[in-house]
Amino acid sequence: MATSYQPNSSLDSTAEFTDNVESRETLGKVFEVIFLLGLLIGLFILALLLFDIFKDGLGRFLSPGFLTETPSRFADQGGIRPAIISSVLLGTVVILVTVPIGVGAALYLEEYAPKAWWTAIIEINISNLAGVPSIVYGLLGLGVFNYLLGFGPALISGALTLSLLSLPVIIVTSREAIRAVPDSLRNASYGLGVTKWRTISSHVIPYAIPGILTGVIISVSRAIGDAASLIVVGAVGFLTFDPGLFQRFMALPIQIYSYITRPEPGFAGAAAATIIALLLLILALNGVAIYIRQRFSIR
Amino acid sequence: MQNLNSQDDPYLLSRQSLDKNPSEDISEKIVGVILFACALVSVLTTFGIVIIIFQETFGFFQEVSFAQFFLDTKWTPLFADRHFGVWPLINGTFLTTAIAMAVAIPLGLSSAIYLSEYAQPKVAAVLRPAVELLAGIPTVVYGYFALLFVTPLLRNIIPLEIFNALSAGLMMGVMITPTVGSISLDAIKAVPRSLREGSYALGITKLETIFKVVLPAALSGIIASIILGISRAVGETMTVLIAAGLQPKLTVNFAESIETMTAYMAQISGGDSPRGSLNFKTLYAVGAVLFLITLALNIVSYWIANRFKEKYD
Repeated sequence: MATSYQPNSSLDSTAEFTDNVESRETLGKVFEVIFLLGLLIGLFILALLLFDIFKDGLGRFLSPGFLTETPSRFADQGGIRPAIISSVLLGTVVILVTVPIGVGAALYLEEYAPKAWWTAIIEINISNLAGVPSIVYGLLGLGVFNYLLGFGPALISGALTLSLLSLPVIIVTSREAIRAVPDSLRNASYGLGVTKWRTISSHVIPYAIPGILTGVIISVSRAIGDAASLIVVGAVGFLTFDPGLFQRFMALPIQIYSYITRPEPGFAGAAAATIIALLLLILALNGVAIYIRQRFSIR
Repeated sequence: MQNLNSQDDPYLLSRQSLDKNPSEDISEKIVGVILFACALVSVLTTFGIVIIIFQETFGFFQEVSFAQFFLDTKWTPLFADRHFGVWPLINGTFLTTAIAMAVAIPLGLSSAIYLSEYAQPKVAAVLRPAVELLAGIPTVVYGYFALLFVTPLLRNIIPLEIFNALSAGLMMGVMITPTVGSISLDAIKAVPRSLREGSYALGITKLETIFKVVLPAALSGIIASIILGISRAVGETMTVLIAAGLQPKLTVNFAESIETMTAYMAQISGGDSPRGSLNFKTLYAVGAVLFLITLALNIVSYWIANRFKEKYD
């Protein structure tokens, strides 16, 4: 911006002040490059990471039976079917539990909650929950679902734990989506004598759905990638049958962890191949979200 | 939109909109109560965490004294010679966190500065979500990458143990970069244009404006983002579990294997410690320390971010 100021030397008889504009601008250019590099390093590492994983795991990923068989004691045999089924089941339960509760909580806080000290506490509480480490949610799940409700180390315990973990993110993003609905829409509806809930269900929710879905996908992707809480709840690293809701379970991240910790060399490739499967699952979820978001946006 | 009213009779329709319909009134109230119950789930979650963690921790401190936990310098609950000094675990946690922040602060801040001050809006619209992809990669993947790519690479240059704090910390830093970057970016963008233009009008260069005007004005948001980043690093589990090892040590040597609080918790959960045993209770005692540290960091971050928010409004 402050570029070509050239001091006029003939007028500048008392010139002791030197502004050094050129060297200062040069320094500015240097830092612009440094900032850009700082931005690109992260992306470079991301590219490197993906390249490394595909290099290590693509062969194994494409080998016959990898997606369709149960794990084996040998790195180059067997597959990850129980882990895939577990992860899909976990994700399904998380969606079924968190979407109604999360959107309900968001609607309450945006549309119903009075301004009072206890609603402020609920809000602070939700933002704090979003920062609680995943493994601490594991302790909660272990205490409540495994022992108190007596499910034991079953898939349902893991799924409900992941649901509680996802809830704050869904509430926060849904609230933003609901807040973005213009008030004129609500007022037009109230003006016709429509009740509050009917206004919300017929105007506010349809308008906010794209934003809500984005939040749902972000948090379900996180839940599907989470391993720490599931380790505490009791996920196993080796399963030779397809899990049901009330059976022992695993998950793709747990399978990856279990493969990485095997000392025999071939398991690194199996871990990389499982990572590819996990990334593809997350990618597919995001694809569905983008598709639905676009369908709902065209109105 | 179309289900405003099921009746088509215009008389009924107008009557309904003018009179109070008692059944509708009740269902409206029920909906309100149901939604309130949804909001209450989050409060119950917090209560659940606090009650469960501190109940077991209380049991732990009936068998192990506070002094043993906070004054001893050895953590060997699984050995015959048992020690319950938590400091080696805290040390490991903060060593990896320090390395992670040494990566995440410069990378996050330069991303935020570049996206806000230099990048064309169209470029920023592509680059910002690209950087945020880093946060969406499952952490077990960063663990894999740290152990099987970063460590072998670094061992060509510096002598490292196979499990070491450095590789885990570096990858954790990359993972946390979007946390620091995103919140800093919002803070930097919130600095009003007039401040920058006032600075340019005085003949100050763009870089000097950034360092002397924009960043100081956005400082509270930047600090909040850094504290939140620290909190994420302290609570991160899979990367350190896979790449940093399981050797609780009081050391600042990043080339060695260490153990973090989270890694210990995952380790003890993976084994079969029966409920009620002392080993099982250590899980909760360490969890309580972890929970309190991250809670404190989150509250401080929230407080700083909110305290200075309305400065320019």
